[in-house]
Order: sequence, then structure tokens, then C-alpha cells
Amino acid sequence: MDDTSITPLLMPKWGLSMQEGILVEWLVEDGAEISVGDEIMEVETDKIASAVEAADAGTLRRRLGEIGETYPVRALLGVLAPEDVSDADIDAYISSYEVPVDEEGDNAAAASQYAFVDIDSGRLRYAQCGDDGPAVILVHGFGGDLDNWLFNIDALADRARVYALDLPGHGQSGKTIADPGLGGLARVLQAFMLAVGVERAHLVGHSMGAAVAARLACDAPNQVLSLTLISAAGLGSEINADYISGFVDAQSRRELKPVLMNLFADSSLVNRSLVDDMLKFKRIDGVDDALRQLASSLFAGGKQQNLLAAQIADLDLDTLVIWGMEDLVIPAAHAQNVDTARVEIIDGAGHMVQMEQAARVNELILDHILG
Amino acid sequence: MARKISFKEAINEALDQEMTRDPTVILMGEDIVGGSGSPGEDDAWGGVLGVTKGLYAKHGDRLMDTPLSESAYIGSAVGAATCGLRPVAELMFLDFLGVCFDQIFNQAAKFRYMFGGKAETPVTIRAMVGAGFRAAAQHSQMLTPIVTHIPGLKVVCPSNAYDAKGLLIQSIRDNDPVIFCEHKSLYAHEVDVPEESYAIPFGEANVVREGGDVTIVAYGLMVHRASEAAAVLAKDGIECEIIDLRTLSPIDTETIIESVENTGRLVCVDEANPRCSIASDVSAMVSQEAFSSLKAAPRIVAAPHTPVPFSPALEDLYIPSAERVVDAVRKTMEP
Repeated sequence: MDDTSITPLLMPKWGLSMQEGILVEWLVEDGAEISVGDEIMEVETDKIASAVEAADAGTLRRRLGEIGETYPVRALLGVLAPEDVSDADIDAYISSYEVPVDEEGDNAAAASQYAFVDIDSGRLRYAQCGDDGPAVILVHGFGGDLDNWLFNIDALADRARVYALDLPGHGQSGKTIADPGLGGLARVLQAFMLAVGVERAHLVGHSMGAAVAARLACDAPNQVLSLTLISAAGLGSEINADYISGFVDAQSRRELKPVLMNLFADSSLVNRSLVDDMLKFKRIDGVDDALRQLASSLFAGGKQQNLLAAQIADLDLDTLVIWGMEDLVIPAAHAQNVDTARVEIIDGAGHMVQMEQAARVNELILDHILG
Repeated sequence: MARKISFKEAINEALDQEMTRDPTVILMGEDIVGGSGSPGEDDAWGGVLGVTKGLYAKHGDRLMDTPLSESAYIGSAVGAATCGLRPVAELMFLDFLGVCFDQIFNQAAKFRYMFGGKAETPVTIRAMVGAGFRAAAQHSQMLTPIVTHIPGLKVVCPSNAYDAKGLLIQSIRDNDPVIFCEHKSLYAHEVDVPEESYAIPFGEANVVREGGDVTIVAYGLMVHRASEAAAVLAKDGIECEIIDLRTLSPIDTETIIESVENTGRLVCVDEANPRCSIASDVSAMVSQEAFSSLKAAPRIVAAPHTPVPFSPALEDLYIPSAERVVDAVRKTMEP
């Protein structure tokens, strides 16, 4: 049975380490007409809970996923098909569907996509996805890691060669920061590009990572093809100082959870796994020092110390600024500060706009870098 | 980089990393090297269940095979701690507490207080606890309540490899005597553990599962029994919140109270004997601090008030089961 008019609804794969997810809720009824971008179900992983948006349009002929059950990535959860496809054909499709298995098993395949590279100032972890198209480098923000791009990497990798790295002091990169200034971080990014053999790249940065990308664009404009600055630091002096100090100081779940709720417009996204993961990171030897060094260098006195908006505007560089309307960490008004940039403010999203409104952000980035 | 390792490997890694980081960390215990001084392989055993295997090859004489005299080497470890070392002494089974208890509760636990805060005793005493190993009455007890009762001792009992590594590192870095209890039935249990060193602060419980109907408080192996029970109950629409205490002293009362204020129901699961147990302690504390939130009497699931039986059939009955936890939760839900 190979009926191309039948489209499967699958358990999504968010990020490199996801192997299974729990179907929390169906957001559409049996028989519903679905358009691309509709939220069709709620899925929870060990990292995050989120709605799954339809990638295809069609009539939802079957809901197979049971609420509360755990399914492997790419398991069949539902079937979209036009009215004229018979129930028998759909049954046949369902019974012949097999969850694709990676050659070396899911675990090995997931692990092999993370890589490490040594630069002068230490070891960096990164992920690389996609073989064709221009090089795109994703740079996460303060306290984040490359998994902040878990809803973006795969979508961008369809049409670009995507790299995402953990900055020093973050994720699974080395925890010593040679130079906690913005210039120092930009040099790390430059060294990373050299180490992985990327001469020029489209830089996509989030928050502090956007300031790092912008700094590199100012310091080495010939290495940067375009800038995408998301909820960016470096465009104005205001920043939520309570967020920064709260994040650095929090030692327990109870202290950290309310701080993390500042990151999302929908604060229910801050579930137990997300808080636990963040705590696990913060407990690792050296992380506390690294975060304090960065905070006191970049956000001394509760103010951003690096203002790059004018310099960015002077560069002859395509710049896209994306912001979540409900950003509680850095004011969305800063989006207007780069005179030459295209600006997109997205409703229903907070500071982590690339996670909360991933489909829209992915579309904007692809449009920006592919023209 | 996180990878899956066992509880036993996590303990070994924590010891190895702390010995590498801090030259004052030493290890003492019966057969923790195993075979030293005799012909043949130098560290053939690495402890009775191989937890310290390989450490002698890396750290040499900072591991000491002691005579079979707990009173002597636990006393030496306590003394060495007061003189600037950070000894980790392996008591093998916590059941052997009896022959070295003065050194622990009347010496180590008292120094900080009796010397006006000027003396510190950064000793960690590792010991296996718990039943299920067919090791009979003298090697199977859950004596956590006895050590938890003593002010001046910190008591840790992890439920998984991630917590075991982080809590053992914290125990070694802590400036007070710590009794670190390892459930032998968990030694082979594997979870993701970072390769890097990390410390988990004491007195911070872990919420293993969130739920709005009943709070289950547990530690060690019982966390797993509680999780099995919660999975069964969830199918009937009963949502349990499971709190893994991780450290019994200090204890995270805030997390427990906060949860009971939300659920209104409490089940305490403890592998120890029921009288004067961690379960009875938590249940008393909740009754006093959150009485007005309670919708039902707190319930305790514990071992019976008997020694651990040697008969395998009886031993299996002795250890609190998921079924007993399910029953207790249902009783709290009765109108």
C-alpha cells in the first residue's frame, strides 16, 4: 500500500536527543479539516511541552494516538486523507506503517550528531545538520544551550547547512571563559567557524547570542553573510536585571521556576523537565562562576554594557530583527533601534520566541537567508 | 556529556573525580582495594560489590584496606577529618553501625557543637542499606531513621545514579559528617549522568512526578515503587505527586508542605521499620504544619516491625510493594 494521498501525522522529533514523547492532548476533533500551521496536538518530552503544528493540510480521518501514552519519534499518531480515500485503504496504510529506525539505533544516532571541537580557549560542543545550502550558525543566549534551537535546527537544515554551538560556560562546552566580554565571545565564535571550516556564514543569534553575532559582524564583516537578531541583547541598555540575578542565584527548583517563567508568554511551558534540566546545568562545576563572570561583564549594574545598534546599521549587511511581543527579559521596543533592519514582532511569544512561535521564526529566517 | 551509567558507576566516578580534584580526599574500608599486600592482582575486588574497583590503580595509597574492625577505622576516619583530611570511609553495610556507633554519634556528630563551632569533621561514611539482596537480617536493614535522629549528622539516601553522583560529591565537600546510604538493589540501575563534576545541595527534595491528587513522599528504592504505583493510579485518573527526599537530614519540609497544601493527601513510603521512621516523622510534621490542608489522614507504607526475613518469599513480602502504595493512595481518596 503506497497511497500518496494519505498523509501521516507523526510524533515530532524536537532536537537531537528526543527519542519519545507523550501525547498530552488532541487539539482537533476526528474528521476536522486541517490547514498548515494549525495546532493539532500537545506533546510533552523530557525537555519541554508544546503544541504540534500541522505540516500538511487535509482531513483528519483517524486519531490513533492515545492521550497520556508515550510514543517513539515518528510513531504514527493520526492519518490525514481526502474523503474519497476508503476506510479500507486507511486501515491498510495504518497496518503497514512502521516506525523508521535509524541504522545504529536511536541512541547512537542521536549521540553521533553532537560533536566536539577544541579551540584555543577550550572545548566546544556543537551540532551540525543539513548538507546543502548556505552555512547558518545559531548562537544561543545567556544560560542557554544549543537545545534552545530544538524547534529550529531541523526545519532550517532542510535548506541550509546548520551549525549550533554551546558557548563557553554553557551546555556541554568547557566551563571556563577565557574572556567574558562580548569581544571575547565573538572571538570564540570566529574560532569556532575556523575550526569547523566555515569561512562565511549567516549568523542567527538569540538574546546574548545575538549580541555575540552582531559583535562578530562588526569586527569581521567579511565573514558574515547576514544577521538575524532574535530578542537581541546589544540594541539598548534596558534588561530585566531581576531575571539575570534571579537566574544566576537560583539554587533550587522553587527559586528557579518563577525566574524561568519570565522567558515565555505562555508560562505553562515551564514544566518540571525544563526546570530540572536547567538546574542540572547550573550545578555543574564551573557554571556558577561562568554565569557570574558573564553577568558582571555584560549586564553590570543591571544595564546592558554593549550597545551595537548604530554600528550594525552602519554595516552593509542584511539584518533581520525578530522579537516576541511579550518579551519580559529585553523590551521588544529595542527591535526598532537598528535603522536599516527588517523588523518582525511576533504576537503570543515571549523572550524564547524561536521556541514559542517556531514555525513563524523558521519561515522568517529561511526567507531572510535564502532571499 | 551525559551518558547512561549505573548507580554503582556513578559512585565510583564521584570518588574518582573528587580524589583527582582534592588531594585531601582519602578512602578507607574493608577490601575497598581488595587483595593489596597479597600476591596477584592489586585491586582485584574494589570493595565487596566492586564499587571502588580501579581507584587503587589511579590513586594508590590514598585508598586503605583496613582491618576488620569498624570501631578502629571509622574512628580513624573521624580523627583524620578533624585533622584536615576528607576521608570517605566505607562501612560496607549500615547494619555494622552497632560496633562503631560511639565514633559516629558521640564523637563525629558532636565536635562542631562541643568546640563552639571551631571544629569541623568533613568525613563521609558510605554504607549499603536495604533489603532484597537475600542477605538476611544483619545485612539488609534500612537503618536511616537511627542516623537521621542524631543532630550533627547529615543523612543522604539517593534513588538514582544522577543524584548519587551529585550528592556524594556534595557529601565529600561538606564540612560535616555525612552518612551516605546506598541501596544495593539500585546498584545496577542506570540513568543519564553528566561526565562533569556537579554537586546537588542538601535539603532539596526532587519532585519526580507532578500531580494534584495525592502527595507520595519516599526515598531510595521506594521512589521507584511509588513511581510504579503512580503509573497504575494514573490509569484510573488519580494523579500522584512524588517527592524524592534525597537527603533525610536536612529534610526539605518546604517542598513537602507546599505539595500537601495543593493535594490535601499524603502517603509516606519508607523501607525502614514503621516505628520512629522517616515516614512517621514526615507524617507527624505534615499533620502539625498543614493540618488544615489535609482532606484525609496521612497514611504510611513501611516494612513490618520485624527483622528482615531470610526466606526469599517472606523478604519479598517484607519490602513495601507498589501494590501496597496503590492501596494506601486509594484509602486516602475514599470519601
